[in-house]
Amino acid sequence: MTIQTSILPLAAVLVSLLASIPIMLSHRVPNLREGWTLLAGFAKFAIVASMLPAVLAGGGYQWVIAQALPGVPIALRVDAMGLFFALVASFLWIFTSIYSIGYMRSLQEHAQTRYFASFAVAISATIGVAFAANLFTLYLFYEMLSLSTYPLVTHEQNAEARASGRKYLTYILGTSIGFALPAMLLAYAKAGTLDFTLGGILAGKADGMTVAILLVLFIFGFAKAGVMPFHGWLPAAMVAPTPVSSFLHGVAVVKVGVFSILRVIFYILGTGNLAHLNLGGVITTLASVTIIVASLVALTQDNLKRRLAYSTIGQLSYMILGAGMLTASGMTGGILHIAMHAFGKITLFLCAGAIYVASHRKYISEMDGLGRRMPLTYTAFLLASLSIIGMPPLGGFLSKWNLVIGAVEGGQYLLVVVLLVSSLLNAAYFFPIVYRGFFIQPQDAGANAEVREAPLLCVLPLSVTAFCSLILFFWPSVFLGLIQQVVGP
Amino acid sequence: MSGNLHMFVMAAPLVGALTVNLAGRASRKAVLPLVLGFLTLSLVAALGTMAGVLEHGAFTYTVGNWQPPFGIELRIDHLSSLMLVLVSAVALIASFASLQSVAKDLADRQHHFFTLYLILVAGLHGLILTADAFNLYVLLEITSITTYGLIAMGRGRAPLSSFNYIIMGSIGACFYLLGVGYLYILTGTLNMADIAARLPQVNGTVAVATAFAFMLVGLWIKMAFFPLHGWLPRAYNDAPIGAGVLVAPLMTKVTIYLMLRVMFSVFSPQYEFFQHPDVQNLVVWGAALGIICASALALGQRDLRRMLTYIIVAEVGYMVGGVWLANGTGLTGAVLHIVNDALMTLCLFLVAAAIISRNGSLAFDRLQGLYRRMPWTMAGFTLGAFAMIGVPPTCGFFSKWYLILGGIEARQWPYVVALVFSSLVNAVLFFRIIEIAYFRGGKGHGHDDHGPVTEAPAMILAPLLVSAAALVLVGLATGPLVSNLIAQFVPVF
Amino acid sequence: MGGFGAEIVAKYNYWIYVLLMMIGFYAMIAKRNLVKKLLGMNIFQTAIILMFVSAGVKHGAAIPILDKHEVLEHGVHAASVVNPLPHVLMLTAIVVSVSVTGVALAIMQRIYRRYGTLEEDEILEKIGE
Repeated sequence: MTIQTSILPLAAVLVSLLASIPIMLSHRVPNLREGWTLLAGFAKFAIVASMLPAVLAGGGYQWVIAQALPGVPIALRVDAMGLFFALVASFLWIFTSIYSIGYMRSLQEHAQTRYFASFAVAISATIGVAFAANLFTLYLFYEMLSLSTYPLVTHEQNAEARASGRKYLTYILGTSIGFALPAMLLAYAKAGTLDFTLGGILAGKADGMTVAILLVLFIFGFAKAGVMPFHGWLPAAMVAPTPVSSFLHGVAVVKVGVFSILRVIFYILGTGNLAHLNLGGVITTLASVTIIVASLVALTQDNLKRRLAYSTIGQLSYMILGAGMLTASGMTGGILHIAMHAFGKITLFLCAGAIYVASHRKYISEMDGLGRRMPLTYTAFLLASLSIIGMPPLGGFLSKWNLVIGAVEGGQYLLVVVLLVSSLLNAAYFFPIVYRGFFIQPQDAGANAEVREAPLLCVLPLSVTAFCSLILFFWPSVFLGLIQQVVGP
Repeated sequence: MSGNLHMFVMAAPLVGALTVNLAGRASRKAVLPLVLGFLTLSLVAALGTMAGVLEHGAFTYTVGNWQPPFGIELRIDHLSSLMLVLVSAVALIASFASLQSVAKDLADRQHHFFTLYLILVAGLHGLILTADAFNLYVLLEITSITTYGLIAMGRGRAPLSSFNYIIMGSIGACFYLLGVGYLYILTGTLNMADIAARLPQVNGTVAVATAFAFMLVGLWIKMAFFPLHGWLPRAYNDAPIGAGVLVAPLMTKVTIYLMLRVMFSVFSPQYEFFQHPDVQNLVVWGAALGIICASALALGQRDLRRMLTYIIVAEVGYMVGGVWLANGTGLTGAVLHIVNDALMTLCLFLVAAAIISRNGSLAFDRLQGLYRRMPWTMAGFTLGAFAMIGVPPTCGFFSKWYLILGGIEARQWPYVVALVFSSLVNAVLFFRIIEIAYFRGGKGHGHDDHGPVTEAPAMILAPLLVSAAALVLVGLATGPLVSNLIAQFVPVF
Repeated sequence: MGGFGAEIVAKYNYWIYVLLMMIGFYAMIAKRNLVKKLLGMNIFQTAIILMFVSAGVKHGAAIPILDKHEVLEHGVHAASVVNPLPHVLMLTAIVVSVSVTGVALAIMQRIYRRYGTLEEDEILEKIGE
């Protein structure tokens, strides 16, 4: 149970941030530039993974960057929950990078240097959020992520992209400054510290009303988690290139939102305190409404990426729902779903991108029969959607199973109904896509003649991530081991 | 005692002013090295003074050895040494850009301009140092008169703006002098510490309250505290760019410092905060209202510099409100914000100077594609914008942290809301510009993707980048800054 | 009425300054002609100067020019000399006031040369706002 001071967490954060410099400098030599991106990706994952044994053994690492405020330093600390998220994010980032290279090159996108540099900064910020030792450091990296993803969302630079970028910033920055920042300061004023402490820092220091206000402010303040009514940026951000969407939804942005909310619930507000004050219902109500409404809206979307976006909104609230149950299984399910959904959703987005690269089609109604021309992509799509729906033998089953157990443990049978209904809805919006791909012939018989699988750099990542969803069902032990340290046995 | 190093801080620019005036007549080339030389000297002396205070603590100094309360006393404590460093550093950094732009715009009047510039700097140092209420009035007018002159050198309607500033500024100064007169009649002395010692004997009288009100309102006019801000946007916008980079970051901030001096060295927190809680509430609400209104007005501007002038007015509300929260956290935030806001404003006015030097205009619709044409300038702009919005780890975040925290402690919710609102407005303001300058004018606007890079001259760019870097460095150094310097000043409530 | 009236009579000098100040203040704020504004400013400043000076007045006191030997032997009898400090201060204040007036006049000249008028409304019209 020793926390050792080590530069490893800082190195994990910095490696891609520093890589953005050679990336910008080598803008004339694309191969070298992409080399830096990949190198940083592998290095980052290696550093993160190297911390695993110590953390699994109950230890940790810490590093103080600067004493920016008296008593509230900018500091990193690696604990089980942070490492869990960092592992998922840095692992998936490698695939996003490989895929990005294939995607950007085959579409001959402009401003690729800016794109890769912003990407590098964004993943640094993500790891920073994961390893933040206190709420202030988390906020710092959260904002850094918001700002570095803005150029990615606005990548196309046309009127639509600019409008989306504006919407993205309005939601993300508006809520973080308007809700999260005051909430953080209020918490500091009450507790006198912002250090993440398992069990919370506010127990006995703030009355029920204050904690309730804080809870709502934090849930809405971290709008990256897309809890309704602050979800509007997610569908809008779909104008970005597909690798960006997968980064936004799979690896980083939305997960950072959820992760921040979970961090706050577990380590600032404290589950025990919330249970004592009877505030779990606030969380579960907000999450349940989002889950059901988002799933219903997803049914109506014809644009594939928009449908996936609404699906994401719903799935994110699963994680928050799990935390809100305030039971061990519920929390396990919630945290585990971060990883399971990440692997599933990144696969789905990569598939959507591969379909676009191969056929330039965006709408589900145009995708009849494509599955036969792109069997690998569509198989991956099927696996990933099964995982998200929560079918065995895929990873998503484990997290949903834990969620259901958690709801039963807590005697919250209404939540069981919510989970079941929404799983049905998930199936209802995913299966038609696969069905159309494999079993419906296009009206114009020759329409798909030209379509072939996307380039290898696109197909390879999505196959691997889909396969991972499968593996995670059988070997989730690493993740479960980490989660156990957070929620207890 | 660390000798009389602090006298050099003030004397260097003063001697410099005379030398520049004389030498500048003989040769234009003499202006640049002289200005830089004397300002560097001043900065070095200021740093030395600060080191001395950090080592030996605060001290007072009697000019010409005339003992107070008869002679003029100077007070050098943690706060004033911090202000000395701030003013001399900003003056030095800004002078590079001033030298460049004045050589272009006012070629034949360079030495006149820099005579005023240096006297202004000397006056600001004097204001920081003095511990005498009347002396403060004289120095206030010295800085104001030089500012009037500097602003009137601008183009277009600058003389009219300057004249309106004279009228408003004189009203402010006269109010202050009137308040001093009341105090003198009541206590028979002008030395701040002496007044403070004798005030309790006459405490609670209407006359004391009148004196306090006059002095405070006078200073509020000078610092453009909403709704007494009418003169500022025009005056700062019409000033020559070389004057704007000095005047905009420093004048309002030094006046805030003067308000602190009047409130804490002449009067006491006990007097202004706790004997009249209604007044205290009223001022904080006024500050909140001012922040909101000035931010809203900034939203209506379509020109970078005009927008900045309204932001300055809003920031004045931050600081006045922070001081009047009547707790240590708010006061710490206000003092910290004096430093931070000076640096942010400096950075953004230098950006304005850089853009003007190449682009000729600061109107929003002329800023398209600037990120490609002036990448370094716009990098500095981005940092400045982040600081204004309050994105960590830039310094703007940290003072806002203390200010909001102070507001929460004092339960002044309108003020907290106003700060958050203003941060949001700043985000809108600056991202609007970033969007225009970064994402517009790319495809199909006549510029190809790798258009010519026409970066600002080094004399403007270098100080710009220095000030932008300072935003982050000062932000990261907030901890030491607060505990070593600011906390020494903040009284215990 | 009696008390208030007596108050006014007893401190009539201060009431006069208040009146002067108000006149000056009115002119600075309300007049649209730049020269009148400036005149108002001077009246305002003069009123304050007068206030300070009369604060130093003592009935029956002499001017503060003292004989060094006598002071060293007998000390100063404070009631017998006028307090010189306010006068000295006001000399400085007058200098300040003259300087401001000078700068203002110079700027006014520039305005007149450019716009041919000193009426604020007409100037604004010519600027085109």
